Amino acid sequence: MPNMSNKKVPMPHQDAKVRAHNYDEVALGYTPEMAVEEAKRCLNCKHKPCVSGCPVHVPIPGFIEQVASGNFEKAYEILTSANALPAVCGRVCPQETQCESKCVRGIKGESVGIGRLERFVADWYMQNCETHVRKPQSNGHKVAVVGGGPAGLTCAGDLAKLGYQVTIFEAFHTAGGVLMYGIPEFRLPKRIVSKEIDNLKALGVDIETNMVIGKILSVDELFDMGYEAVFIGSGAGLPRFMGIEGEGLVGVYSANEYLTRVNLMKAYLDEYDTPIKDSRRVAVVGGGNVAMDAARSALRLGAEKVYIVYRRSMEEIPARAEEVQHAQEEGVEFQLLRNPVRILGDENGNVTGIECVEMELGEPDASGRRSPVEKTGSNFALDVDTVIMAIGTSPNPLIRSTTKGLETNRRGCLVVDESMMTSREGVYAGGDAVTGAATVILAMGAGKTAAESIDAFLKNK
Amino acid sequence: MYKIVEKRELNENVTLMSFQAPYIARKAEAGQFIIFRVDDRGERIPLTIADYDRDRGTVTVIFQKVGASTKRLGMLEEGDSISDLAGPLGVATHYEDGLKKVAVIGGGVGCAIAYPQAKKLHGMGVSVDLIAGFRNKDIVILEDEMRAISDRLFMMTDDGSYGDKGFVTVKLKELIEGGERYDAVIAIGPVIMMKMVCEVTRPYGIHTLVSLNPIMVDGTGMCGGCRVTVDGKIKFACVDGPDFDGHLVDFDELMRRNNIYKDKEKEADSHVCRLFGGKA
Repeated sequence: MPNMSNKKVPMPHQDAKVRAHNYDEVALGYTPEMAVEEAKRCLNCKHKPCVSGCPVHVPIPGFIEQVASGNFEKAYEILTSANALPAVCGRVCPQETQCESKCVRGIKGESVGIGRLERFVADWYMQNCETHVRKPQSNGHKVAVVGGGPAGLTCAGDLAKLGYQVTIFEAFHTAGGVLMYGIPEFRLPKRIVSKEIDNLKALGVDIETNMVIGKILSVDELFDMGYEAVFIGSGAGLPRFMGIEGEGLVGVYSANEYLTRVNLMKAYLDEYDTPIKDSRRVAVVGGGNVAMDAARSALRLGAEKVYIVYRRSMEEIPARAEEVQHAQEEGVEFQLLRNPVRILGDENGNVTGIECVEMELGEPDASGRRSPVEKTGSNFALDVDTVIMAIGTSPNPLIRSTTKGLETNRRGCLVVDESMMTSREGVYAGGDAVTGAATVILAMGAGKTAAESIDAFLKNK
Repeated sequence: MYKIVEKRELNENVTLMSFQAPYIARKAEAGQFIIFRVDDRGERIPLTIADYDRDRGTVTVIFQKVGASTKRLGMLEEGDSISDLAGPLGVATHYEDGLKKVAVIGGGVGCAIAYPQAKKLHGMGVSVDLIAGFRNKDIVILEDEMRAISDRLFMMTDDGSYGDKGFVTVKLKELIEGGERYDAVIAIGPVIMMKMVCEVTRPYGIHTLVSLNPIMVDGTGMCGGCRVTVDGKIKFACVDGPDFDGHLVDFDELMRRNNIYKDKEKEADSHVCRLFGGKA
């Protein structure tokens, strides 16, 4: 008998006032009882609209059906047949614009909590089951994966399952990419990422850290070393700045730097050496998930006041709804329809404020979003000592500048065909290196497609 | 893990260290840098490559023990290992064709980086005047090495305890005003020194290359912490540099930004002292 409640079973959370001062995970996850109850809301539609909304095509009704009958281990098997990182995706995917946006239950009321159930299944399995990862028999073919982020991990995992000998070349001292350096602990505990990476190692994937491809080795040298195909998932890249006055002042960070200091380098823990500014009042410029992560990290580091400065309105804000809601509950103040015009500093070059101008929404632009227009003379200043720019990135130049024959577009992103192959035979790419800053799940989708294509390519070679 | 195969104290505060890192050694060129991390809780710290040996597979750095991480590195001995070493990062120094005479200027521990530049130029048959400046006689490093690869070596100390008294800029100015014609000047040292050298060469229009040392985190073109303003535009020292045309660099901004964690380092200093029983 389906559960006909119009609302999702609520997700238990840490209290907003408490969590704003700690790094523990915000959303606590469903209990088995909650999961079963929520799973019963799924109507198991024949045409499975939710699956079409998922970049990696998880058989959603199939795994939810198993949850509803309490077969959590079976649910995990079905889930992981399509998604190598369910504990990650359950936490960070923008479900409301993907699977859950297609859910029939969402027409009248809330959609099924697909993300919450995915997370539950992954966490339950991690807690209750021994992982039986079996190293598949090698097929003798070597593939190199450049970058150990979501795209690279997915591609490596899928290829390893098919018997390929995969080596991930990771530039940093630890694999994980944005899951490690970007997304904060309170949203995605690092032990979960490490666990997923350990599973890949158990599959036989070799991870070489401190290997900055494009510098220490070129893509051509990887082929010389016997790798028969290369997947490039080198990720986002250099942060963008606005080009306004004052961006060189002391106390202006890119979100990449701020979050890297906090997450990868653990600046929030005393026993680590990494320094970070003790900010009191912070303005984060931008409206994406990265902006929310930076704002909420600043609060946890002790800031008294944190603003999000975003040039459009709440309707256009690109961050996941849940992140916006969490940030608001924790006390982040949203300065919407505001755009910075310059950053103010004192005689020593320290940030003292940010001058903004009010905006109003005009006609829709090429992206379909109404473009913001300045209201002349509406300038005002926010009193802040730190400004964090979270307005996107442009792709890392290290590989394209050292690899002949790799076509890039005018923004510097690698150009690929529908099979994820670049302009060079045997070289595939995916994730932010191709799309520019996007989501974890899109990168994973690209890694998955690339793995299928690499397999087909090497079989036909 | 990366093993320390050589360690030498060049003066009380400056240490030379070579690491076993064959892949990096194969590609390293003058002007590039590495990022090291001592252990799992350490920072990622950039150091310019002072030397490399492709046959032995080693990379050498020379560093001043100024912060928590360089102090911790300095406490390790030959045979010990560090957990991470990434490189070679940054763009190798580009030498214009047709260089005949170049002045290479090193300030303090910056001589460790000026030295390989001078060596490379000397090897290319370029005439090299090397001006090396130190605060005093006690902290002079690499004098014999620098003498061996320069046509003329001018030693300068701030207090006159060794060589000529005065800053490197005094000597450079004297040489230029005395009629020396340099096709280029390469200046590596404290930011203030590089700034002052650029002020000396600017009126003569002598191309002046500087190697910048902004604060970095990843060093691979991701975090943007190392941004500097060059010719009014944002540049990233880790992927666009670390060498830049000194006449276009906003040195004042770089000096301010490099000081952001100064108070924190002082604080951390006291922690380190207690931890290592005052040895560090």
